[in-house]
Amino acid sequence: MTSESRITVDGLIKRFGDFVALDGISFAVGAGEIMGFLGPNGAGKSTLIRILCGLLRPSGGQASVAGIDVASDPEGVRRRIGYMSQKFSLYGDLSVVENLRFFGGIYGVPRSALDGQVAFVVEMAGLQGREDSLVATLAGGWKQRLALGAAILHRPSVLFLDEPTSGVDPQSRRRFWDLIHRLGADGVSVLVSTHYMDEAEYCNRIALINRGRLITLGTPHEIKARSVAGELLAVEAEDVGRAIAALREAPGVRNVAVFGRLLHVVVDDAAARASELKARLNALGMAGVRTERILPTMEDSFVHLVGRAGRSPEGAA
Amino acid sequence: MRLRRIKAIAVKEGLQIVRDPRSLMIALLLPLMQMFMFGYGVSLDVQRIPLCVLDNEASQQSRDLIGRFAASRYFSLVRALGGQRDIAPRLDDGTCRIVLVIPSDFSRSLNDTGAGRLQALLDGTDSNTANIAANYAKAVVSAFSISLQLETVQRKGGVPQSLTPVDVEARVWFNEELESRNFIVPGIVALVMAIVGAQLTSLTIAREWERGTMELLISTPVQPMELMIGKLLPYFCVGLADAAICLALAVFWFDVPFRGTVATLFFTTSLFLLVVLSIGYIVSVSIRSQVGASQIALLLTMLPTTLLSGFAFPIDQMPALVQGVTFLVSARYYILILKAVFLKGSGLTALALPILCLALYALVLVVLAARAFRKTLD
Ligand SMILES: Nc1ncnc2c1ncn2[C@@H]1O[C@H](COP(=O)(O)OP(=O)(O)OP(=O)(O)O)[C@@H](O)[C@H]1O
Ligand SMILES: [Mg+2]
Repeated sequence: MTSESRITVDGLIKRFGDFVALDGISFAVGAGEIMGFLGPNGAGKSTLIRILCGLLRPSGGQASVAGIDVASDPEGVRRRIGYMSQKFSLYGDLSVVENLRFFGGIYGVPRSALDGQVAFVVEMAGLQGREDSLVATLAGGWKQRLALGAAILHRPSVLFLDEPTSGVDPQSRRRFWDLIHRLGADGVSVLVSTHYMDEAEYCNRIALINRGRLITLGTPHEIKARSVAGELLAVEAEDVGRAIAALREAPGVRNVAVFGRLLHVVVDDAAARASELKARLNALGMAGVRTERILPTMEDSFVHLVGRAGRSPEGAA
Repeated sequence: MRLRRIKAIAVKEGLQIVRDPRSLMIALLLPLMQMFMFGYGVSLDVQRIPLCVLDNEASQQSRDLIGRFAASRYFSLVRALGGQRDIAPRLDDGTCRIVLVIPSDFSRSLNDTGAGRLQALLDGTDSNTANIAANYAKAVVSAFSISLQLETVQRKGGVPQSLTPVDVEARVWFNEELESRNFIVPGIVALVMAIVGAQLTSLTIAREWERGTMELLISTPVQPMELMIGKLLPYFCVGLADAAICLALAVFWFDVPFRGTVATLFFTTSLFLLVVLSIGYIVSVSIRSQVGASQIALLLTMLPTTLLSGFAFPIDQMPALVQGVTFLVSARYYILILKAVFLKGSGLTALALPILCLALYALVLVVLAARAFRKTLD
């Protein structure tokens, strides 16, 4: 781990009773880096972020944020971070400005700077003209930008965002990610969790986690290249269950996964196998089978990696 | 500890109180309603207590005494009993609540010692009424005996020197009009303040957990002490308004004589408010649901205040162990103080001991409240 790391996590473990929510996670985040945490429900994303914010005590391993150990000095950590929790947690019965002034006061933003900071955040979040609206009356995208604003009011060097864009329309999500990139450009280290696979592509690096384990870590490009060993075919067939069974037994097929109405099939050679597989399904009496060569997405990587990790835990990156 | 943070929290909490006019209305109307509810519920039925007499002497003086009971508006003479064995059935079937037994040597002992011996038998099932009835009876008797002594002295042409102090007199000394209301209304003020005070703060932390705002709040550098002070401040103001309502009702509606100073009243009321607000806060910290916190706070304040503060049941008649427990009930001190300030006009020096107890109580609870809160999700 370099001395420039803003977040250092080493063998972090969190247990809730007998349940292991985080199972030996290690990674580091540098200054100005945007690190995405990608994983399904219950993977442990929120638990990890809460430990790094000093809200939960780690059961084992070490973690430091802005050079401070989260277990021994959680207060020191809290002064230096911004946090946006998964559940919206500003005060709905207070106005936009009242919320911002409240958090400004709590974080001890100097009085001389507070007005300027509030104005900056209002502008950044695109909330001009809504300064005095009660927060409960704002639409989802605006609430989330305001929550981000409240988290950076005191100019923290590390920012934790827990599924900041869930339940928000795609346009607002893009706008939100623009803000995150601006912060990264200013040198703020951002750790953001999401379960939107497409959002992962906006991060500098991604950590895939599942059931408390870090499955892989790298740039979006690296992960896709690394994880899907082979080429990818999208197959459309009527009887999905039977089609899966048949495809798994076909020569050259390495993995089959369901993506909505399609099957994503990893093969050694897409061009050669496409017609073979189609013929195989047709032979089983399935009509209207179509195949198409596609490029792997983050979701393919994820499915692939989770499948592999499930079979051999040590095999995870 | 930073003032800036305390102020930020107090302002936020104050805004939330103002933004929720329904809850604010309840916070101000609840004490009003409870004052009326308890004020009438408790004090009305102790007028015209049904009384039977068994006059074993049938002398002029015994008839005078019975006449006084009949004339008093606290008793209504239902019937004269023929003998000892009529007593129990009359009490059992509810014909009367109290039986006055005048012994055959009543006049003689009265003239010898200045105080006659009487027996009053009471239906103890409603101990509150029984107790009040007993006190009334003693007061009527003592008024009777004092006027008798005055008469004797005047007949002898002398100046009244010292009148034999009658034991029962002390019990009604500060309540000459013999109004049970004067005794009870200060207790009701304490009861209402205890209930309302703890209710006010019982929601404040639980609400933040329920709405999910607590997770963000504890991720900030705010300290438990700052959070507590900031949160209690605005509710303290609401509590003082509630106190003003209760105390004004006591004086202007229930006509309880007020002989003390407003300053003493509000100083001691502030101490008591600190206690009950802290109780509500501690409950709110421990129980993360609003409904649960509100109910526990109600139980924790209403039960001890009604049962163990001396409000409904006289402390000196409780078993020794229970008497010991009453020292842990803050309302005990506040009721004592209120009665003294209202009826005796006592000041800070006269009340130094109970005020000290209350202040100590407030201090301990405020410290407990500040320490109860943990900034963690574990
Ligand atoms: N306080 C707790 N006590 C017991 N189990 C918990 C606690 N908090 C979380 N868990 C469990 O730990 C696991 C990880 O939860 P976590 O909230 O970190 O997942 P997540 O990745 O954030 O999921 P989501 O996408 O649903 O937010 C889940 O199985 C959850 O039930
Ligand atoms: Mg989560």
